[in-house]
Amino acid sequence: MGRYVIRRLLQMIPVFFGTTLLIFLMVNVMGDPIAGLCGDRQCDPATAAQLRSEFGLDKPVWQQYLTYMGNVFTGDFGTAFNGQKVTELMATAFPITIRLTVVAVVFEVVIGISLGVVTGLRRGRPIDTTVLILTLVVIAVPTFVTGLLLQLLLGVKWGIIKPSVSADPTFDELLVPGLVLASVSLAYVTRLTRTSIAENARADYVRTAVAKGLPRRRVVVRHLLRNSLIPVVTFIGTDVGALMGGAIVTERIFNIHGVGYQLYQGILRQNSQTVVGFVTILVLVFLAANLIVDLLYAVLDPRIRYA
Amino acid sequence: MRGATQVRWAACAVAVALAATACGGGDGGDGGSGGADGIVSSSWGDPQNPLEPANTNEVQGGKVLDMVFRGLIRYDPKTGEAKNMIAESIDSKDSQNFTIKLKDGWTFSDGEKVTAKSFVDAWNYGAALKNNQKNAYFFQYIEGYDKVHPESGSASAETLSGLKVVDDLTFTAKLTQKFSLWPDTLGYSAFVPLPKAFYDDHDAWLSKPVGNGPYTIESYAKGSSMNLRKWDDYPGDDKAKNGGVDLKVFTDNNTAYTDLTAGNLDLVDDVPASQLRNVETDLGDRYINTPAGIIQTLAFPFYDKEWDTDDARKVRQGLSMAINRPQITDQIFQKTRTPASDWTSPVLGDDGGFKKGLCGKECTYDKAAAKKLIDEGGGIPGGQLKISYNADTGSHKEWVDAVCNSINNVMGNNKACVGGPVGTFADFRAQVSTQKLTGAWRAGWQMDYPLIQNFLQPLYYTNAPSNDGKWSNQEFDDLVDKANAESDKAKAVTTFQDAEKILVTEMPVIPLWYQNGSAGYSDRVDNVELNPFSVPVYEEITVK
Repeated sequence: MGRYVIRRLLQMIPVFFGTTLLIFLMVNVMGDPIAGLCGDRQCDPATAAQLRSEFGLDKPVWQQYLTYMGNVFTGDFGTAFNGQKVTELMATAFPITIRLTVVAVVFEVVIGISLGVVTGLRRGRPIDTTVLILTLVVIAVPTFVTGLLLQLLLGVKWGIIKPSVSADPTFDELLVPGLVLASVSLAYVTRLTRTSIAENARADYVRTAVAKGLPRRRVVVRHLLRNSLIPVVTFIGTDVGALMGGAIVTERIFNIHGVGYQLYQGILRQNSQTVVGFVTILVLVFLAANLIVDLLYAVLDPRIRYA
Repeated sequence: MRGATQVRWAACAVAVALAATACGGGDGGDGGSGGADGIVSSSWGDPQNPLEPANTNEVQGGKVLDMVFRGLIRYDPKTGEAKNMIAESIDSKDSQNFTIKLKDGWTFSDGEKVTAKSFVDAWNYGAALKNNQKNAYFFQYIEGYDKVHPESGSASAETLSGLKVVDDLTFTAKLTQKFSLWPDTLGYSAFVPLPKAFYDDHDAWLSKPVGNGPYTIESYAKGSSMNLRKWDDYPGDDKAKNGGVDLKVFTDNNTAYTDLTAGNLDLVDDVPASQLRNVETDLGDRYINTPAGIIQTLAFPFYDKEWDTDDARKVRQGLSMAINRPQITDQIFQKTRTPASDWTSPVLGDDGGFKKGLCGKECTYDKAAAKKLIDEGGGIPGGQLKISYNADTGSHKEWVDAVCNSINNVMGNNKACVGGPVGTFADFRAQVSTQKLTGAWRAGWQMDYPLIQNFLQPLYYTNAPSNDGKWSNQEFDDLVDKANAESDKAKAVTTFQDAEKILVTEMPVIPLWYQNGSAGYSDRVDNVELNPFSVPVYEEITVK
């Protein structure tokens, strides 16, 4: 187990360098960001040159990358065009997005898995069909439609929530945005759990457990569910990274100033420091989430062992 | 049915939790009291640059500076007329050497007195190359600018030699050329005075700017919100009529609009295009749509030989006549733009140089005449007109397509005109400013100060900073020089208009339409107006 973890951690290093280099090159391809800083007029050449050298944009890309990586290891992610340190931006954006992600994942786990178990055990009954149709609808409708619709109904028509969250939102403010963000994944979790449960319900060990006279609750939770969770856990694990980086739509609709917002602004303003910094962290989150998922396999199914 | 009950239970729990927060959410603008202490909440966008007066060149940062600072001159929010604010007088005998006297009794909100030095130091800071101020060129008319801000290389002087402090309340400015309207430019936020605190602890100042205007900054969370409060000891006569303003950054102006209709926000100063159809029913007379000092144009590359010929001149005139402006402003912009018939803006007023119809038939839709002119000129250079625009913001695609449709109709050719989207604004600007474009591109100008000079000189004078198409015309340049040297303001304006008439025959850019400022407000507030810069006049807003 220990050796497996170390091997996985070592594998992260080339992935980390590769992704940051790719992002760095991609942002650089977009051209000269200084030209956009002066609005619909031309920056005066002297100031533009000065700004370019201040942000290191006058050097070749490989040199910019080396300097950047050197700085990153001392914890300096550079400065955004509005004069703020990127680390400062991260310090405000990540806590908010983490909160949003936690809310979304909790929705996925609680609602998704319970619906999946219920439908999986009642295959073909009305409840199963209803949930299947509902999840199909949720998957088919794009997030921004669900988001805008909920915002309009709950926020404007009925006045239950505020249409936009405050600058430093609390968990309860994030319930609706979290639900919107989770909606599509939630539907997938439901369907995955349902299929997995339905498949394993006929397994020998379940029949044995029932034959032993174990209470139904124990059979379902300890035997059936635990063994059915592996695909679900894989999905949720990779989804954590996707939720953090892919929250742009949801964050825009509910005016949440999280990672998605900063990335969007960074790309619009071609601010490579912001974009590369945030993506670097997201890559790390992805890698960590994947590692945790792989380790969880062994916990869920002891037959899977790591050498 | 256990599953169903669980779902219902969860939904109820969510609703209860939400209701609780909604009730408990008495923070910021909503829970505040009304009357003179009432707080106005308003939408905001994240300023692009650090909040320094000489470094702020867009509306969002400018909005704050307008609340926190007062300069020598202030433009009347209604008429745009330049009026003395801190200046007691700005005199000159020769339109080149100015003596500026300040009123006594002005202070910064930290107690420091506003003196001649506060201005001179601030202007020197703004002009100095080493400070990277994006508005440095505003000081270009002052003598010594080429020393502190050379076009390349390093600065050979620290301060502008044309500025001299005479005494506490007097200073003089010497310009490099005659410029009679120069005092009228001093209302721009780059010219405001700065307190000592700005230089002493720059970072601290940036995180909470201190100025001399009707509001002070109570708190500033970069990128998300700023709370401004009325400064009770403000010495000016335009004291705030409300208790303060809470600015909230919105990532999307649609969300801001939704917040306004839900009653969580008092003021939105940019109604999203997609909501324009509903705005009358949503807000009624709480919707403002008034002209702002912004004009949109189509620019051409004169560095490209094909466009710099006498034939191409006819083609440009023909193209201008091929654009059905009223139809596009009605159908695409829902009347938030007005078809342009000159190269300035209605906010200047007739005395300030706006002349409706100056462009005449050359800016009026006329299918037959347009086709004739373009054919006479040998057709569109290159056979096809490509209009470049940035696709990331501002929804330019719609109107560019409409303009092309209009031109294609006239030409009877589906491919006579096409749109050329560019991914980001920065890339678009880079292509424009490095002369990469060979077709037309969308251009626009938002005035810095309400003067006809500002609509002509920076854009069409030979080698002017925003003359992106590199158009050059000796006659035009001479008239602009003459107008600047004119000591009588009315004469200066008519001379500028004479210069503008050259644009009708040469058509270096095609004027499209004047942009309006749009805003909407809640029924909690009153007296909401937009100034000629399309920024709300915050200090006049009253809370019920």
